[in-house]
Amino acid sequence: MPVRTRGAAAALAATASLALFATACTGSAGDAAADDPNAVTTLTFWHGWSAPSEVKAIQDNIDRFTKTHPNIKVKVVGNINDDKLNQALRAGGSNGPDVAASFTTANVGKFCHSGAFADLKPFLERDRVDLDKTFSKVLQDYTQFEGKRCTLPLLSDAYGLYYDKDAFEAAGIKEPPKTWSEFTQVAKKLTKHKGNGYERLGFMPNYLGYETVPSHYMSQWDHRYFDADGKSNIAKDPAFAEMLTYQKSLVDALGGFEKLDRYRATFGDEWGAKHPFHTGQVAMQLDGEWRLNFLKEAKVGFEVGVAPLPVADDEVDEYGKGYLSGTIIGIAPQSRKQNAAWELVKYMTMDTGAVVNFANAIGNVPSTLDALKSPDLRTDERFKVFLDIARHPESTTSDGAVNGSTYQDTFQDFAEKYEKGQVPDLRKGLAETAAQIDRDIAQAK
Amino acid sequence: MTTYTLRSKRRRSALRTAAFMAPWLVGFGVFFAYPLVSTVYFSLMRYDGLNPPTWRGLDNWTYVFSDLPKFWPALQNTLWLAVVMVTCRVVFGLGVGMIATRVKTGTGVFRTLFYLPYLAPPVAATLAFVFLLNPGTGPVNALLEAVGIPAPSWFNDAAWAKPALTVLAVWGVGDLMVIFMAALLDVPKEQYEAAELDGASAWQRFRFVTLPNIAPIVLFAVVTGIIGAMQYYTQPIVAAKVASGVIGGSGQTFEPGHPDDSTLTLPQLVYTLGFGRFDYGAACVVALVLFALSMACTALLMRRRGGLIGSGD
Repeated sequence: MPVRTRGAAAALAATASLALFATACTGSAGDAAADDPNAVTTLTFWHGWSAPSEVKAIQDNIDRFTKTHPNIKVKVVGNINDDKLNQALRAGGSNGPDVAASFTTANVGKFCHSGAFADLKPFLERDRVDLDKTFSKVLQDYTQFEGKRCTLPLLSDAYGLYYDKDAFEAAGIKEPPKTWSEFTQVAKKLTKHKGNGYERLGFMPNYLGYETVPSHYMSQWDHRYFDADGKSNIAKDPAFAEMLTYQKSLVDALGGFEKLDRYRATFGDEWGAKHPFHTGQVAMQLDGEWRLNFLKEAKVGFEVGVAPLPVADDEVDEYGKGYLSGTIIGIAPQSRKQNAAWELVKYMTMDTGAVVNFANAIGNVPSTLDALKSPDLRTDERFKVFLDIARHPESTTSDGAVNGSTYQDTFQDFAEKYEKGQVPDLRKGLAETAAQIDRDIAQAK
Repeated sequence: MTTYTLRSKRRRSALRTAAFMAPWLVGFGVFFAYPLVSTVYFSLMRYDGLNPPTWRGLDNWTYVFSDLPKFWPALQNTLWLAVVMVTCRVVFGLGVGMIATRVKTGTGVFRTLFYLPYLAPPVAATLAFVFLLNPGTGPVNALLEAVGIPAPSWFNDAAWAKPALTVLAVWGVGDLMVIFMAALLDVPKEQYEAAELDGASAWQRFRFVTLPNIAPIVLFAVVTGIIGAMQYYTQPIVAAKVASGVIGGSGQTFEPGHPDDSTLTLPQLVYTLGFGRFDYGAACVVALVLFALSMACTALLMRRRGGLIGSGD
């Protein structure tokens, strides 16, 4: 009895820690496109949208595609996160996607380097697509890695500043701030303290305040994540220390990290009706253009203003720029229907009508140059602000890396420690973080 | 001729034995030997799950132990949970089991009340706890503040996140309560009567009668608890995700461990490295560390307590 139990316990212990890997070693790139694009077939398309209006919008787009491509049916699977997508792209199989979209622009480096998405170059060359005439440079950049294009942009996002116009008026603020120094003053003016918390906060500066992540702040300072040799530049480029120092000063000016974080815990879901900007818990919010649609649905009880985010005090001539990202779409390398899959990708990313309709429906910035100029694009004064940010020559996105978003996660970890006051020496901390980023990249190569 | 028959009989007997053992052998090979060998193999390779593995030697080991700063907090957290959480669960489970065996009225209600939380799905239970312990809107902190006790930030405070997870684990102690109840009811009544006649106090009866009789069950609870702690994944990741507010949707990636890596466990690190970063090699190293820890803890406990043998065996 003891021997059997001991053996069973040992086997259980071992299996417990190793079971995670029992089924992990599968997946390989499939054959190059050899399927007939005119054959009757069914594609599986995975995407991450989950809000009913967004799901409907994508289904409408697919319906338009199937009308123009009657031989191709599309099975749409929504609400797919990157964890599921990563695993499916590796495992392949008949239940996996032929075409997949991801919100995580930062993972393109990992996707392209590993071959998780198929190389689109043969399709682009065959169909003589001139990318320079189709997409802006930033969008072209974030959908490829080191010359390998494995994805294309499927709409894009521009980030700006939302503000409560009524609160601005009540506080006697005439216009949105253009520099970060002005921003601190405005945020303080709009903040109403109440005991240990706030009746209303001017702005939630913490890095976990939804979209107030370091990479979104960084777009308002001229910066480079990597030097010419591909080494982390965050310790050498003064922009990073400047951004971290500014953000910390803003945290301190608005009540300190602990008080702000406790207040943050009262916020509703970022994607729900109880978002703190909807409820008036914050008077300003850094967010993407999609918030306009959410605000409309939430029927907020105040006038909403939109402006570009402030810039560093010495970069005021670049006011109007912002952070850009967007959904990316690619073809699973294991798909046996790659030509049909390419037809879907091409339609969704480059057909002006499709891009405009989809952008109108979900309130995103269109990703093609033609769609941006289309008379069918529904715009108003507020949406135009985001279109201008998207077109601004100084607008930026995060660099790609071989290990995806790992370098951003490492930088964010450090930034979170700094905002909490846990980093006594900023320069030294940045140097150590840069060294860690380099070690992680070396490990991934 | 006789020799041939004997040999044949022995062969048939060996084949029969092998046939009876075959299911176990297949299970052992597929679920234990193969994963173990391949994990060791991949720990020495650069492998992303898509491209053929390439030899890397001990580089993955060096990376994990020297260049992966998240490894040490993950190891420390896992050990903390194995020691503190398992101890709390066993002590609390035994305590509730003892009360449950002695309650005379309302037994069914009492047992149901303590067993029910164990049936709650881990994700739902964790979400409920994050809501209850929300530092801004949670009723627990409102109550603490109302009576003048400083309220912690629970899942948003590195010092309180693991204790909060322990409270959650103790709340779902129904499984251990049932096991301990069965063991306690199995202790021979004569031994208690003899001890009482000898003038043994309640503590002495527990120490010298109850505990030796239920020792194998305590050991079972500790060993399975430690294995569970080594696999602890769902509750900390759900708590961290909700407390941090990073639920994805706009291209942000979620790194487990919020706040300050205080809830990062080794299984989470295995997942992040293997499935997030496509670095199977480093993930296999961490998995092997986890395997070694599980084996070491189990072996130590089995040896020290003489296996699963009770005083009556």
